[in-house]
Amino acid sequence: MTAQPRSLFEKVWDAHVVATRPDGQALLAIDRHFLHEGSFHAFGMIDHAGRKVRRPELTFAVADHYVPSHSRSKPIADPEIANMVTMLEANAGRHGLRHFGLHDPAQGIVHVLAPEQGLTLPGLTIVCGDSHTSTHGAFGALAFGIGATEVSHVLATQTLWQRRPRTMRITVDGVLGPHVTAKDLILAVIAAIGADGAAGHVIEYAGSAIRALSMEGRLTVCNMSIEAGARAGMIAPDDTTFSWIEGRPFAPKGDVFDRAVAHWRTLPSDPDAVFDREVTLDAADIAPAMTWGTSPETAVPVTAAVPDPAAEADPVRAGQMRKMLDYMGLTPGMALEEVTIDRVFIGSCTNARLEDLRAAAAVLRGRRAAVPGLVVPGSVPVRQQAEAEGLHRVFIDAGLEWGEPGCSMCVGINGDLVPAGERCASTTNRNFPGRQGPNARTHLMSPAMAAAAAATGKLTDVRKLDVRKLGVS
Amino acid sequence: MEPFVTLTAPAVPLDIANIDTDQLLPARFLKKPRSAGYGNFLFHDERKPGFPLDDPAYAGARILVSDRNFGCGSSREGAVYALVDGGFRCVVAPSFGDIFAANAAKNGLLTVTLPEETVALLRRQLQATPGAAVTVDLPAQSLTGPDGRALSFAIDPFKKECLVEGLDDVALTLRQQDAIDAFDRTDAQRRPWVVPAGK
Repeated sequence: MTAQPRSLFEKVWDAHVVATRPDGQALLAIDRHFLHEGSFHAFGMIDHAGRKVRRPELTFAVADHYVPSHSRSKPIADPEIANMVTMLEANAGRHGLRHFGLHDPAQGIVHVLAPEQGLTLPGLTIVCGDSHTSTHGAFGALAFGIGATEVSHVLATQTLWQRRPRTMRITVDGVLGPHVTAKDLILAVIAAIGADGAAGHVIEYAGSAIRALSMEGRLTVCNMSIEAGARAGMIAPDDTTFSWIEGRPFAPKGDVFDRAVAHWRTLPSDPDAVFDREVTLDAADIAPAMTWGTSPETAVPVTAAVPDPAAEADPVRAGQMRKMLDYMGLTPGMALEEVTIDRVFIGSCTNARLEDLRAAAAVLRGRRAAVPGLVVPGSVPVRQQAEAEGLHRVFIDAGLEWGEPGCSMCVGINGDLVPAGERCASTTNRNFPGRQGPNARTHLMSPAMAAAAAATGKLTDVRKLDVRKLGVS
Repeated sequence: MEPFVTLTAPAVPLDIANIDTDQLLPARFLKKPRSAGYGNFLFHDERKPGFPLDDPAYAGARILVSDRNFGCGSSREGAVYALVDGGFRCVVAPSFGDIFAANAAKNGLLTVTLPEETVALLRRQLQATPGAAVTVDLPAQSLTGPDGRALSFAIDPFKKECLVEGLDDVALTLRQQDAIDAFDRTDAQRRPWVVPAGK
C-alpha cells in the first residue's frame, strides 16, 4: 500500500499528536516554549494552581519587550518597566528555566535569538505567548503564538489542545528584482490575500523565489504570516537551513546532528501533497512595497498613489478607508512618493537581522538622514557583528541612533515611541492605529526602503537613488 | 471560568474591520495586573466622540457586533480581559483572529462567526434600534437578532463543551498523563536532538 502523500505541515503535526478526542481535537506535544516579560499572567496561573513547569529543559525565557534601547549601565528608570524585566528573571529562576536576561551575551528579540542560538530546529513544535512566533516556521518548524492561558497550559503539561488547521500553499516562482526583498514579497502576499486571508490555515511558502531566500529572508516572510491571519507559516528545510544551524550553541552536535539532518530531509512536502488552498505569485511582479493605511493588507508598490474611497462601491468599506486615511493624514490620489516623513525605525523581529542592517547601511553609506531615526539590532550577536563590519558607523554618521537589542519602537512598551501625529517609515510588522504610540502614523517597508526614506525625508523608491552610492550590493 | 449557556442582552454595533488587539488593549497597559480592572483600558485610545461604546443608547451592552478579522494581531490575552472586565460575554463577527478566538474561549467569552452579509444586516438593525437585545443560546447554537429571526452558527464541539461547562482544560489534559509520558519516552529515542545540547 502506498502511503498517502503528506505536506510538511502534516508530517510535523502527525509526529506530535499525543491523543485525539472523538470531536477531532488533538493534544499536541510541544518541543519548545519561549517566554518573554509578558508571561507574568501565565506564571500567576500555574502558581495559583500549585503547578510546576513540566519540561524546564524545553522552556526558555528571553527579556526583549521591555528592555531599554539606550544605555544599559544604569538601572531602568521607570519602576513598572523595571518590574517587568525583573519579574521574568524571578519567575524563570524559581522554575529553573534558562533565562536570557538584560545582560546576557546572547540577549535579543526572542524570534532573532532562538534561531541564532540553534534552539529553533526543523520539525519542532514551537510556541510562545507572542503572535510573531510564526517566524520560526522558516526552519520547517510548526510555530505559532498563543495567549496567557495556553502558555500556562504548556508550562504545566508541555502540550496544547488544537484543532488541525487547514493548509494553504503560497508559491512564488521567478526572481525578485533589484532591491526587492523578502519584506516586499510578504507584503505583496498579504495585500493579495488580505489581513484575514489565511485565517485558520497554516501556510507553506514554496517556489523558486522562496528557495532562493537566505534564512534571514525566510524568517522575515514567516514572521508576517500572522499579518495574513495565518496560524503559522512554514518553509521546507533544505541545505540553506542545515548549514545555518550547524555549529550553533544549542544545536545538536556530531552524530546526533547527522541523524537529525537525515530526519529533516524527510520533512519537505511530498510531490503529490494536497493543500486546501493554493495561491501563486510571480516574483517579477513584486515591487518595493509600503503600506498606506492602518492594516498590513494596505500594502502597495511604492510607485502607487493613495487610493480614493470614492471609487469604493461598498459604503461600509469606503467609510473604513476614509477612517484610515484620516488617521494617516493622507489625501486620496496623492503619490506616495510625495509624502514627507518625520522619523525612521529600523528594527523588530521582522527586520533586525544582519542582512537587514547591511541592506539599510548600503543605502545610507555616505549619506545624511533628513529625519531622526533609530536603528535597533535584533540581538547582541547581530549588534557585535554589525559593529565589526562598521555598519553602526554608517548609521551614526548618517545621524541615526544606534540602539541596544530588543523590540523597541515596534511595540513601544520600553518607552521608545513615535510621538503623536508623527509619520514613521518603519521596518516593523504592524501599522495598527496607536501601535508605535498614540496617534503615531506607521508606513511598513523593507530596511532598504526605510533607509531611502531616511535619506530623502520622503517615502522613496530605493531603486531611484544613485546606485553608485549604494556601496556593497 | 464562568460557564456560558444563554445570554439575552443589548448589543452594540462597530462598523470597523480588522479591529486589532492593540486597539482593544493599548500596549502600555500590558504591564498592569489583572486586579487593575482591564475594563478601564478597553478601546482606551478609540474613545472619541461618537464611539458607539460610549453612546448612552447602547448602555449595558454585553454583546459586540463587528466586522471581519476581529481581534487580529498580537496574542495578548489582555485584549480578552478588557472585553470581559468591560462587561462583554459575546462578540459576533464574520471572522476572528485565531489567537484571539482561542483566548476568548479560555475566558468564557463566546465568539460567534456568521456570514459577512448577515453580520452587516445585524449591525444595521442595531443602528436602527439602538439598545435592542440579542439572544444567544449556545447549546442550541442559535443567535436571535432584533428582527426575531433565529440564526444558527457553527462552533467547535470542544470549545462549546468547555464554554458551557466552564471547564479548565489543564484538568482535562492531566487525564491524559499516561499518554503524555508514553509519548515523551518514545520521542526521546526517536528524536534525541529535541532536548537542546545546551550551554
